[in-house]
Amino acid sequence: MRDAAVEVRGLAYSYPDGSHALRRVDLAIEPGERVALLGPNGAGKTTLVLHLNGILVPGAGEIRIGGMPVTKENLKEIRRRVGVVFQDPDDQLFMPTVRDDVAFGPANLGLRGDDLDEAVRTALGAVGMSGAAGRPPHHLSFGQRRRVALATVLAMDPQILVLDEPTSNLDPAARRDLADILVTLPVTAIVVTHDLPYALELCPRSVILNDGVVVADGPTRDVLADTDLLAANRLELPFGFDPTRV
Amino acid sequence: MSGGHAHGLYRPGHSAVHRLAPQVKVAATLAFVVAVVATPRTAFWAFGVDAAVVVAVAVAAGVPLGLLARRLVVEVPFVAFALFLPLVGQAPHTDVLGLSLSVPGLWGAWNILVKGTLGVAATTLLATTTSVSELLCGLDRLRVPRAFTAIAGFMVRYAEVITGELRRMRIARLSRGYDGRWLWQGRAVAASAGTLFIRSFERGERIHVAMLSRGFSGELPPAAGERAGRRPWLVAAVPAVVAALAAAAAIAGVGS
Repeated sequence: MRDAAVEVRGLAYSYPDGSHALRRVDLAIEPGERVALLGPNGAGKTTLVLHLNGILVPGAGEIRIGGMPVTKENLKEIRRRVGVVFQDPDDQLFMPTVRDDVAFGPANLGLRGDDLDEAVRTALGAVGMSGAAGRPPHHLSFGQRRRVALATVLAMDPQILVLDEPTSNLDPAARRDLADILVTLPVTAIVVTHDLPYALELCPRSVILNDGVVVADGPTRDVLADTDLLAANRLELPFGFDPTRV
Repeated sequence: MSGGHAHGLYRPGHSAVHRLAPQVKVAATLAFVVAVVATPRTAFWAFGVDAAVVVAVAVAAGVPLGLLARRLVVEVPFVAFALFLPLVGQAPHTDVLGLSLSVPGLWGAWNILVKGTLGVAATTLLATTTSVSELLCGLDRLRVPRAFTAIAGFMVRYAEVITGELRRMRIARLSRGYDGRWLWQGRAVAASAGTLFIRSFERGERIHVAMLSRGFSGELPPAAGERAGRRPWLVAAVPAVVAALAAAAAIAGVGS
């Protein structure tokens, strides 16, 4: 039997101040799936994401990535397998030039010389930012920075791509560009978002997280058509949007 | 809202000076400054040679001399201090335009003025022909500890992010009717500074998490950048060697 790309079992986590962020999360994602992770602010979405690559250590339960448990000994390989694109590209891009930043991840994995250059070139090419390699990140537009942030993760050749609010602060054209890139990537993807039409477009499956538990898990079209479910979880479709007619 | 496109002092170009490997330029600038500082202050001709070298490099780099002169303005506070010396220096004194000026003070002022100006001119040329990222790369190649260059890199990268935040906070204050004209209104500015500190601290934590997520394990990967061949080193050594020869000749001349 093939291992699930992501397997989360009985995950619970409390912040040091005692507040429960995750109560009991069970989730399995198959290789190649694209899954939207929905939920109101404070539902625990980002907390869950930070468990997938071992930044946070579970209070209870366990996580496996492609069958490999997320433990201290496996952290290096886990972080290669799970690429996280954070919400604010200014948090992710910290090197003086785009090229250095995209090289940071693969260099941490031990790539050097031509292999490193090749990884950087391929990743920047995949997001259409090859021309920006020598530029400092702060000279790029917000949409370009988001794409470079994606490239910094793609350069590590991840099996699972996690995007935290990928469309926040993007104008419609940049949002479209990003979607066009994401559908071409041959990876398992988890998209954390409040942008429900985006979830419908990109992700056949949606999971709603609220108050630290999974409250819904099913085809995105069905989840978004359930108005009571959305209302109960502080989610709302844009005015006039009908998911059953897209 | 993104910040302005400030390039700092760097002025892009394609001259031979621009194309030199950054580590070569950094080392050459340092050597030149050391040679200038080692020149005896009485050797006027040697400083003339040094100034000619600076002008020659500026011309080769296509840096307008007017621009170079304007950038020397950063030196003004030091010049002001130097001009103070002849007024308070020790005897013997000499009369210049009715002012009694100290002779050792005059020599001291000249020494600061000429060496300072030449040093600032040389480093300004370096900064005008080398981008910040190249400079950091050059320092890495010169085996400056990675921690230093990394901190400098973070500073350059986030200076604009933080000034952007500061600007937005100021506009938000102004938008709520704050004019900041009176001393007692300083409280709002102080509170903004505190908020900015906390925000920057939190950003630092988020950056660290993002670095860990990409496999950071406490050690930054070695810098990119290429070895410079022998030729660039020889070419770049010329200004420093000329200055060093002038200094040596002046020292020998003074000694005899």
